[in-house]
Amino acid sequence: MTDAALSVPRARRRRRDRATPLEYSRKGWMKLVMLMSFIFLYFPIVSLVAFSFNDSRRNIVWQGFTFKYYLKAYENAHLHEAFINSMIVSGTSTLVSTVLGTMLGIVLARYRFPLKGVYEGWVHLPIVIPEICMGVSLLAFFHLVDIPLGLFTITVSHIAFSAPFVALIVRARMAGFDRSLEEASRDLGASQWQTFFYVTLPYLVPGIVAGALLAFTLSLDDFVITFFTSGPGSTTFPIKIYSMVRFSVTPEVNAASTVLIVMTLTLTATAMILQARSRKRS
Amino acid sequence: MEKTDAIISVRNLTKRFGPKVVAVDDVSFDVQRGEFFALLGPSGCGKTTVLRLIAGFENPSEGNILLDGASVEGVDPNKRPVNMVFQNYAVFPHMTVAQNVGYGLKVAHVRKAEIGPKVAEALRLVRLEGYEERKPDQLSGGERQRVALARALIKKPKVLLLDEPLSALDAKLRVQMRQELVELQKSVGITFIIVTHDQNEALSMADRIAVMACGVVRQIAPPIELYEQPNSRFVADFIGRVNLFDGRVVGLEDGRVLIEAKGLGRIAVPHRGTAEGEVALAVRPEKVQLVSEEPRGSAIRLQGRVVDVAYYGDENLVGLRTEEALALTVNLPNVSRSTLPRVAVGDRLWATWAPEDCLLLTE
Repeated sequence: MTDAALSVPRARRRRRDRATPLEYSRKGWMKLVMLMSFIFLYFPIVSLVAFSFNDSRRNIVWQGFTFKYYLKAYENAHLHEAFINSMIVSGTSTLVSTVLGTMLGIVLARYRFPLKGVYEGWVHLPIVIPEICMGVSLLAFFHLVDIPLGLFTITVSHIAFSAPFVALIVRARMAGFDRSLEEASRDLGASQWQTFFYVTLPYLVPGIVAGALLAFTLSLDDFVITFFTSGPGSTTFPIKIYSMVRFSVTPEVNAASTVLIVMTLTLTATAMILQARSRKRS
Repeated sequence: MEKTDAIISVRNLTKRFGPKVVAVDDVSFDVQRGEFFALLGPSGCGKTTVLRLIAGFENPSEGNILLDGASVEGVDPNKRPVNMVFQNYAVFPHMTVAQNVGYGLKVAHVRKAEIGPKVAEALRLVRLEGYEERKPDQLSGGERQRVALARALIKKPKVLLLDEPLSALDAKLRVQMRQELVELQKSVGITFIIVTHDQNEALSMADRIAVMACGVVRQIAPPIELYEQPNSRFVADFIGRVNLFDGRVVGLEDGRVLIEAKGLGRIAVPHRGTAEGEVALAVRPEKVQLVSEEPRGSAIRLQGRVVDVAYYGDENLVGLRTEEALALTVNLPNVSRSTLPRVAVGDRLWATWAPEDCLLLTE
């Protein structure tokens, strides 16, 4: 065995030791960036949740574990009322925006008509437009047509911004639909309504459910648009938390926020699982 | 083919898509009650459009369709007593086999207690007993097709339309299903109209075949007639293999037409009807004999060199080329077991056939 023969594997080994351009996980500075992002993105949330169990009136030093601020938040009549308001607004807006968004999604997926591109851009505007602009414009509009601000105006606004999201999801689902299924249904004697309810709708259900859950989540934690369109006595949960924070950041606020986080996370996770399952099936 | 017992009469049917595309161009034909009828043609010839017009998924631009004597103009597809088996089967993915098969009865508000036995009967018909609770994604392609068949047959349609029903199956299963479909059709006694681009499929299954090209029906005939008496170069060429020779009519001689054909000389061919001017002479490869000596008598003959031998196991397809560069294909069946090739590239051979075996084509 000569030296030349031995040197080949050694050179190869050395080359393998150096990270190639795409081996992100083997680069120190990459790891640092990742760690920093985790800290800045998630540490606040973790500390918020942790301090909701802190047995102290001030939110600075850990004093001990307690559930009492959850109880306190629960017994806070204003917070309670805000929570119920939020449920009413989110429930109603989800229901309406799901129906409207589904119809919109089907129309966009199925039909061709003049100026469809323009129409499409128009209905998806609420997704891209800055929330603050939408809030201001809605406020101006309600003022113009003289509708008093309250739960009604909040609900209407929430429908306006969440329906396009439902439409987007339903439309994506509809894209994979086999039209010959509808023809087969018609051929077998089903009316157009029967075909829709027995064939088209069952196919769309996973998309509709995912859209509805997204709409509910968006509505539940919306602050900016709600802030502009709410009136006296129509405080929602996020707005109430904001006003509590303006006094002082107490563990009670943490507790209320944690409840909101848990609710949103649960709903989002459900939506994702449903979508993944429907994708697997089709 | 005058008024006998037509279940479907297609009258001057024309379908235009937009101002330029004519998918179906003035098509007329009758389908008899209980018949197995095939629409055969290359893809894009309008055969599927005819089927969709009968089913009611498209409205004719001109002409009409009579179903059992009554016009179906303006009748919605769900109100027509015809059912269709789709090319991709279109089995409802979210329903079980039993729900799929019973769907047509459910939407017609048939009571649940009556649907059950009928579904069982339909599944027995297509030999899918015990599959009731399966979902379509647990079925093979062939089984899904049976579900589609049962789902259509349970409605007891006057006509069953099948759009390329075998094209999605693998080769072995396809041949098996041909026979099964014919048996099924005979046992239920329902008129079948099948659309296919596969000539073997049409020849082996159908009672009568309509050959379509570019939206026009070129010939309607039973399989044997279509193969042995094609009415045009297109049909002769589309159904099976054929050798075509260009020629000119030069005279008549006691019931035979005298033709001056390029490479064949002056030959007399039996022909019914009139013929003049430029014609084509057609002969099927299996009707041609290969011999080494020049044949005697009235047989049509042609000398050439073997340029190509394709071995198919049961037969060889021999390509012959004459000195005038005429090409001829001959079937050489392997009638005895031997591993020695019967002809080889480069052999000089005579190809010969009887005048009765060739056909004069005027179109």
